[in-house]
Amino acid sequence: MLTIMIWSGMLIYWANDVYRLGWGNTTVLKFFPDSFYKALNIPFRLAEGMSLHFVFMWLFAINGFIYVLYLIFSGEWRLILPNRKSLKESWRVILHDLHIRKGLPPQKKYNAAQRIAYTGVIIMGLGSLLTGLSIYKPVQFHGLCALLGGYAWARAEHFILTVLFALFFLVHIIQVILAGWNNFRGMVTGFEVVANPPLKEPSATTIDSTELKENEEL
Amino acid sequence: MKNYKEYTISSAEIRKRTIISFLIFFVLLTCAVFIWKWLQKQPEDNGALKPLRTILNSDDVFFSNFLSSDHLAKTFQVGAAVHHPRVNGDVGMKSNFDTATWKLHLVRKPGDTLQISLDEIKTLPKTEIIFDFKCIEGWSQVTHWGGVKFSDFVQKYGLTDQSKMKYAGLVTPNSEYYVGIDMASLMHPQTLLCYEMNGKPLPLNQGYPLRLIIPVKYGIKNLKRIGSIAFSNERPPDYWYERGYDYYSGL
Repeated sequence: MLTIMIWSGMLIYWANDVYRLGWGNTTVLKFFPDSFYKALNIPFRLAEGMSLHFVFMWLFAINGFIYVLYLIFSGEWRLILPNRKSLKESWRVILHDLHIRKGLPPQKKYNAAQRIAYTGVIIMGLGSLLTGLSIYKPVQFHGLCALLGGYAWARAEHFILTVLFALFFLVHIIQVILAGWNNFRGMVTGFEVVANPPLKEPSATTIDSTELKENEEL
Repeated sequence: MKNYKEYTISSAEIRKRTIISFLIFFVLLTCAVFIWKWLQKQPEDNGALKPLRTILNSDDVFFSNFLSSDHLAKTFQVGAAVHHPRVNGDVGMKSNFDTATWKLHLVRKPGDTLQISLDEIKTLPKTEIIFDFKCIEGWSQVTHWGGVKFSDFVQKYGLTDQSKMKYAGLVTPNSEYYVGIDMASLMHPQTLLCYEMNGKPLPLNQGYPLRLIIPVKYGIKNLKRIGSIAFSNERPPDYWYERGYDYYSGL
């Protein structure tokens, strides 16, 4: 899902690729170099990109909507929403994961850093939806568009959110690989095997379908 | 806080559950790949893959039914307008064109065409608009235009019946560029038959003598150098629609 939206988004972005990282006339990073476009055969496919984007936007929205409903009605939101300790604890998690510091704070299904990241990505999804809507129909949703800083800003925000999605995904994949088999099995099956012997199944609620989907589409 | 249930099961059971889950996982994965491949193999309908075209057309219906066509595009002060608006398209404007003999061909119905000169059009009340002109490529510019409201034009030339039809098609004099637009968008109070830019007559490359300015649509629908206008209940041909873009292309 995400892959299709980002891919078609890049086909669209190519038609007016104005974003860069830098200041004044200094450019640190241009999105994207010509060689990148050429390698992926991106140029002159705006119409195709738009047709994909405006079809799969529905799946993106519906999928996200169902996921949020699931979180609410299953009570899983309690496991994902950061709590008072999360901000402080997340630093310890990050330091631990970077091998700077040993020892993790106690956690339930998700640790503090995960709570913040997973809640963040839901908000990002909503952000992509709203910024997307305001560049798709800026006259109809003029209030929303103005709230986001106008048409040009909304487009930039939509782009920045996409970059953040890509970064989230990258970290997510790296962490899954590092966490190993038992964790990955947990993502797919919904249970995690602890201790041995005896083998136990803390039958946590099954992993949500969105997470499954995310893996599927790749 | 919901508690986890922990219970002991045999490793055979764990194996079984793992295999079943991964089977489902891979079946779904394969399905996704096959659906994608199937989609790529579908025939095209006016430049877009057929299933995508069907949904794009439904998007139009959805948004035109659930949103109001009365919303106005945001307008700006004169000072905000750029002095040299970007010239982005010249389809339909490449051939020789005699500005002196130009007249707007208004097809009231098949076989009944009225020819109208620019001076006649200029006798109608002038409306100016300064708005953020949006290109489908993703850029936009605040630009300043002047002309006759399409709705005023309809009233003046007694086109009440025609304006009850679903669409109008606008075509350049050489018939190389053409757009089809739904009537609600054409009758929108900000839609102009435009003959001025920044308070001066339109430059040739911006569509002199007469162009369409329709702020509720992307630039591709703002046809330059109007040759004729005709009305229809069927979708009139549309240049960029035939090349894979959305027909409605509304904002």
